[in-house]
Amino acid sequence: MSDLLQTPLHDLHVSLGAKMVPFAGYSMPVQYGLGVMSEHLHTRAKAGLFDVSHMGQVKVTGDTAALALEALIPVDIAGLAEGRQRYGFFTNDAGGIMDDLMLANRGDHIFVVVNAACKDADIAHMLAKLGPSVQVTPVTDRALLALQGPSAEAVLADLNPAVAEMNFMDVATLQLNGAECWVSRSGYTGEDGYEISVPDQDAEALAKTLLSHAEVEAIGLGARDSLRLEGGLCLYGHDIDAATTPVQAALTWAIQKVRRAGGDRAAGFPGADIILREIASGASRKRVGLRPEGRAPMREGVPLYAQAQGGEQIGSITSGGFGPTVEGPVAMGYVTADLSKPDTTVFGELRGKRLPLTVTKMPFTPANFKR
Amino acid sequence: MKFTEEHEWLRVEDDLVVVGITEYATTQLGDIVFVELPEVGTTVSKDDETVVIESVKAASDILAPIDGEIVEVNDALTDNPSLTNEDAIGDGWFFKIKPSDASQMDDYMDEAAYKSLIG
Repeated sequence: MSDLLQTPLHDLHVSLGAKMVPFAGYSMPVQYGLGVMSEHLHTRAKAGLFDVSHMGQVKVTGDTAALALEALIPVDIAGLAEGRQRYGFFTNDAGGIMDDLMLANRGDHIFVVVNAACKDADIAHMLAKLGPSVQVTPVTDRALLALQGPSAEAVLADLNPAVAEMNFMDVATLQLNGAECWVSRSGYTGEDGYEISVPDQDAEALAKTLLSHAEVEAIGLGARDSLRLEGGLCLYGHDIDAATTPVQAALTWAIQKVRRAGGDRAAGFPGADIILREIASGASRKRVGLRPEGRAPMREGVPLYAQAQGGEQIGSITSGGFGPTVEGPVAMGYVTADLSKPDTTVFGELRGKRLPLTVTKMPFTPANFKR
Repeated sequence: MKFTEEHEWLRVEDDLVVVGITEYATTQLGDIVFVELPEVGTTVSKDDETVVIESVKAASDILAPIDGEIVEVNDALTDNPSLTNEDAIGDGWFFKIKPSDASQMDDYMDEAAYKSLIG
């Protein structure tokens, strides 16, 4: 335990009564006194503050940074306007996803935010592949906070009214509580909100100022997981991984036309032949939303079948649990393409019994983004 | 009332024993979202997996603390699993068992011993 890393908010978490657990090499708050269920519901009703400082923040600099990144990521980065952010992923030669990430055009650099568990590998990958004219600079002196929920705009606008002018996926450099913050209007809950990169030394004061609002509660990783699951958002290492292509993962929307067959900058990323072929002719399996018909949650690893008895396994659940807003169990997983249409019934084997689930469009709860 | 090391409580009610889990257990488990109860009439042996509970975090099995026949289950939990969080030693009970050997109760802790176990 002693070699776990701590975020700049560690002492604050402990003072708030958080239950700390090891996560991706960090000691992180899994829940506070409210508990996972109440924290989840509070975020959907008002606003939740999350410490996501364990995630990797990286600046990619150089005149050709955007085009160089396009050689690793099947996304339109060169066409990303200044002050805008988009979702993407590193792919491997087999078309699998090495990590998913956020990319922002911050004028003189592309700002990349990657998963905590993958950040060392991602940085090494960029250093090895982006070439000498592009600089890869890990940002190691900034915390990352997320303020999520319908009250997020009003709360953050108290510190700087400019945040209210931002639209979903806008990014801006703004003074918040006396600190220079890199703010994006985005998140991982399916709610409106902001992600805020703040200098380490200013992080605790900013967090305390936000928490002083009656509308804001500290929210742990437990509720972060149930919120993103209801939001239909993938968790790397579970719903997507190096053996899963973006097409299988139902993330084709993230690959803009300019990178697809016939586009001006088509292909030119690892695994392009496989990914573009799957876009054209379909993948053999697909990530889908699943609603267990009973009350029992079905979690990661539950095998899926086409029939209530017999037959081969047709997939498995990759994330599942209880959705506090849905007020019932929700899951996502992979099924064969022929069973991926909404309203198809499949069966999950739980404690020796096959129980029905319905293939369901995601998100499970309506997204509340400010478009 | 008696307590097991698995954080179950047992309360004698006439010739039956009512079984649930302790408040300490519910705090450790977090919000309980699903309870699967045994069928009335089932005969169980000590340590049989008898109840499945799912919290927001994970699934757990509740073992039969003694041999006997399940004579009543708390059906209210099926629609309202959070009763166990709200009133672990009252309305949150799981099942009533007719013991085949009441002396098995003697193996378990009294309240003072249980309190010292959970510190």
